[in-house]
Amino acid sequence: MSQAITPYLEMSQAIMEAGGEALKKCYQCGTCSGTCPWTQITHFNIRKLVRYGQLGFDGIEDFMWGCSTCKFCVDRCPRGVEIIDIVTAIRNVYSGGGLLPQSLRAFVGSLSARGNPWSGDQTKRNDWAGQKYPLYAPEMEYLFWTCCTICYDPRNVRIAKATAALLNETGVSWGLPTVEVNCCGESVRKVGDLDLFARLKQKNLEYFQSQNITKMITVSPHCLATFNKEYGEDYTVMHFTQLLDRQIKEGKLKPKKDFGGVKVTYHDPCYLGRHGGVYDPPRDVLKAIHGLELLEMERSREQSMCCGGGGGGLWMEKLKGERLSDLRVEEALATGATVLATACPYCITMFEDSIRTLNVDDKIAVKDIAELLLESMEINIDEPVEDVCATD
Amino acid sequence: MSRIGVFVCHCGLNIAKTVCVGELAHFAAGLPDVVVAKDYRFMCSTPGQDMIANDMREHRLDRVIVTACSPLMHEHTFRKVIEKAGLNQYMLTIVNIREQVSWVTGDVEEGTTKAKALLNGAVYRARLLAPLSSRVIDVNPDVMVVGGGIAGIQAALELANTGKNVYLVEKNSTIGGHMAQFDKTFPTLDCSACILTPKMDAVLQHPNITLLTYCEVSEVKGYVGNFDITVRQKARYVNHDKCNACLACTEKCPGKGISDWDEGLVKRKAIHIPFPQAVPQRPVIDRDSCTYFLKGKCRLCEKVCEQKAIDFEQHDSFLNFKVGAVIVATGYDLMDTRPLVQYGYGKYPGVYHALEVERLFNSAGPTSGKVTMRDGKEPQAIAILHCIGSRDKNHYEHCSRVCCMYSLKFAHLFREKTSADVYQFYIDIRAAGKGYEEFYNRIIEEDVKFIRGKGTRVAPSVDEPERLVVEAEDTITGKFVRLPVDMVVLSPAMVPRNDYKEIARLFNLSTDKYGFFMERHPKLAPLSTMSEGIFIAGVCQSPKDIPDTVAQANGAAAEALTIVSRQKMELEATTALINPASCCGCQNCVRVCPYGAPFFNEQKGVSEINEALCKGCGLCASVCPSSAIIARHFTNEQVLAEMEGLMEF
Repeated sequence: MSQAITPYLEMSQAIMEAGGEALKKCYQCGTCSGTCPWTQITHFNIRKLVRYGQLGFDGIEDFMWGCSTCKFCVDRCPRGVEIIDIVTAIRNVYSGGGLLPQSLRAFVGSLSARGNPWSGDQTKRNDWAGQKYPLYAPEMEYLFWTCCTICYDPRNVRIAKATAALLNETGVSWGLPTVEVNCCGESVRKVGDLDLFARLKQKNLEYFQSQNITKMITVSPHCLATFNKEYGEDYTVMHFTQLLDRQIKEGKLKPKKDFGGVKVTYHDPCYLGRHGGVYDPPRDVLKAIHGLELLEMERSREQSMCCGGGGGGLWMEKLKGERLSDLRVEEALATGATVLATACPYCITMFEDSIRTLNVDDKIAVKDIAELLLESMEINIDEPVEDVCATD
Repeated sequence: MSRIGVFVCHCGLNIAKTVCVGELAHFAAGLPDVVVAKDYRFMCSTPGQDMIANDMREHRLDRVIVTACSPLMHEHTFRKVIEKAGLNQYMLTIVNIREQVSWVTGDVEEGTTKAKALLNGAVYRARLLAPLSSRVIDVNPDVMVVGGGIAGIQAALELANTGKNVYLVEKNSTIGGHMAQFDKTFPTLDCSACILTPKMDAVLQHPNITLLTYCEVSEVKGYVGNFDITVRQKARYVNHDKCNACLACTEKCPGKGISDWDEGLVKRKAIHIPFPQAVPQRPVIDRDSCTYFLKGKCRLCEKVCEQKAIDFEQHDSFLNFKVGAVIVATGYDLMDTRPLVQYGYGKYPGVYHALEVERLFNSAGPTSGKVTMRDGKEPQAIAILHCIGSRDKNHYEHCSRVCCMYSLKFAHLFREKTSADVYQFYIDIRAAGKGYEEFYNRIIEEDVKFIRGKGTRVAPSVDEPERLVVEAEDTITGKFVRLPVDMVVLSPAMVPRNDYKEIARLFNLSTDKYGFFMERHPKLAPLSTMSEGIFIAGVCQSPKDIPDTVAQANGAAAEALTIVSRQKMELEATTALINPASCCGCQNCVRVCPYGAPFFNEQKGVSEINEALCKGCGLCASVCPSSAIIARHFTNEQVLAEMEGLMEF
């Protein structure tokens, strides 16, 4: 059998037309693959993905699902190649051909049928709030955009409650979205289903316009990045850590409880840090808590390592030894911290899994910034959480 | 009534492919006052020039319009043609239908229409042109060279050897530049000092060279042929006329400062010479580390100096020089790699930059030529990381051109001086130069390991905390490499000197986006600048190796000679003129002129123009509220007429 391979430029052209124009700029220096955290633990190689794309080689589908869109390579690339756009375009071209992996089908199907990735009952989207908070009305300042994950995933519902309770303390006026809204569409866009993304987005935009919404607070950095990059210029979107930081600095939120020297390390979510440029507000919130010692991991801020949950990674099964969240938890443990704090529902989910499978849940706890701040304000919201997911 | 001839050039297909040149000539022939209009394939060729001259005689032309390329290319050519045929050279008009038309459109109809509009305007203006006479000025025969590295040294020696007086200005206390820091040079592995110090000494001994070390240019006035330059002599606190270089002072001095010469690897005395072969062989006192200047007492150097050469009362002084031309050869710095935190420079002691390593190899360096690291140990494994900050849109897009070769040289010297394994992390090996590919082959055979992939991270080793780990992808196998090493060498981007903005301001040089000085033309005038009489050589223009730098220095010396070898030179006649009757004395012109040509005459209450300084840019005329300033060759009437012609389209 011939080992010769012929470039298939039509495929390369299709990728470029699907938004992967940046293929042309790459000179294959290996900065991306040397930077990518996956190269060290899986067979996924981002440079090869781009190379196969440049020449339209067969076999690209073997590693096109490896990328978690953490943007580390994009920031380092000496040629300014928009590598995530290439990944999205390749997935778009190939998943259009029916190559969507099994593990992603449930999440894409749920998004298509129910507007959320968790197979949640759409009418129960706001059930976590227990009628305690009003829906957004045009006289309010902020829409509190609740990520699907904090509405439906039992662990993350605690974050929804914590954030809402804190928002009530800040004195700003805010409301919840109607249950009819869709997922912001970030993950499905990165998985390459651009048509479904466009549908989800369209319905959300109609809702925003009907309510004259211009200012939003998000819990998930993924929603933040998507609204900022994909939803046009009409919206001012803020991550809740930015608001909390501001309110603390203006004296409107006052942490009370002394944590008595508890050691906390903060993990920068890729979509809050590298995608959103927000590094200091979450840290400043933590520093405002009395008796909390903030420790930095070796890789932090711009150099932060991905948890593996982005780009559809949250829904993909990974073998032991191929999970970035495990490595990150080990890095957190190495600092001596007993709390791994972060500010993204995906990171929370990934780390909760890891601390259990690594059997270290007695050594380190995973907490959202909102949960820690709420505790420091001595506000108790503990109440049983009802599981509203249809399939979980 | 004027008699105008219009000559339309095809420039091969450069113009003819997007401008209908025949139609343009036909259009010109129909314009009032145009008595002849022709098109031709290459107007700048000898037959083209002859055609113009013949038509001038045959049709008794008094104005000539050439529609062709930019006047920067051939204005001079055609001026000579019409002058030879008996017409004042300022009766020529060039219409640029190449750079401004054919090269910027693909549409033939659009191109032809625009060319017609420009030509129509030129005919209107040509009618109003008047003969001008060029000015002749005296030329000062001396030259100043700024920067005493290999480029400046070479240029100064070449000029001095032709009998010209040269002032060589160097801001350090010795000449030699970066080349004097190196131990060996690629690809021949010549001892750097062995080939450089004879030249440094020749500078010192040369009767035609005035060596001005520890000096910086502080003001530049004047113009080509007659520059008037002020140089600040920084206080050395040592009378160099009395000092006999016994260096007893440097032995006794208790003051310790950071040695810039050794890239901060060691301390040096407050009174010091940078290295044993320094030229001049005379110490200076660094105020910032001198015990007397810091604490008010010490003066040990003064006590041991038998020559009574120490002078704590010395101040900076200012010296004045008049020269006809200047060569700027201010060299480079290495990029500060600390912001690239992934490489850990400044954080991990095992990470070095290229110039530090040059000093480690040098027998006059901080380790006397032994490769020992900051912890005193000899490295067992060394990684050299190429393209740090170079070829990188986030930092500097250019290839620094010499890093591949010096990295190969480092590998050779490491193999020679240590038992270490040496790894090169590279993207491409660029070995384009005489003997360079052969040198690359030689280094491969010396069993240096090449990993094709950019080094992406340097971190402390988890297993052996005193060692480092370099991470990269070996793009040839697609394997992720984690390499334990003792020493990491970064090859950073070469960047302009940190004071490039000041030099550019003083000499009115333009720079590229990173601060390298711009040449007048990238191919055909690489050593000239847009400031006439100011030439550039070496890395201040762009990164290059020593052979190219030396060749440029020789070239710049020859360019400078074309000016200072003449006693007189002709200047453009297109200068500005102020009509004192309408000048309101507002001094707008004085404020806007980049050349300092207008000045205010207090007695008369009006501004006047020093024509020798005027470049005819017209800025003053455009800001004059009372229209008192006439820009010769671009008078208001001429410009308005041209506009009228353009507006007809």
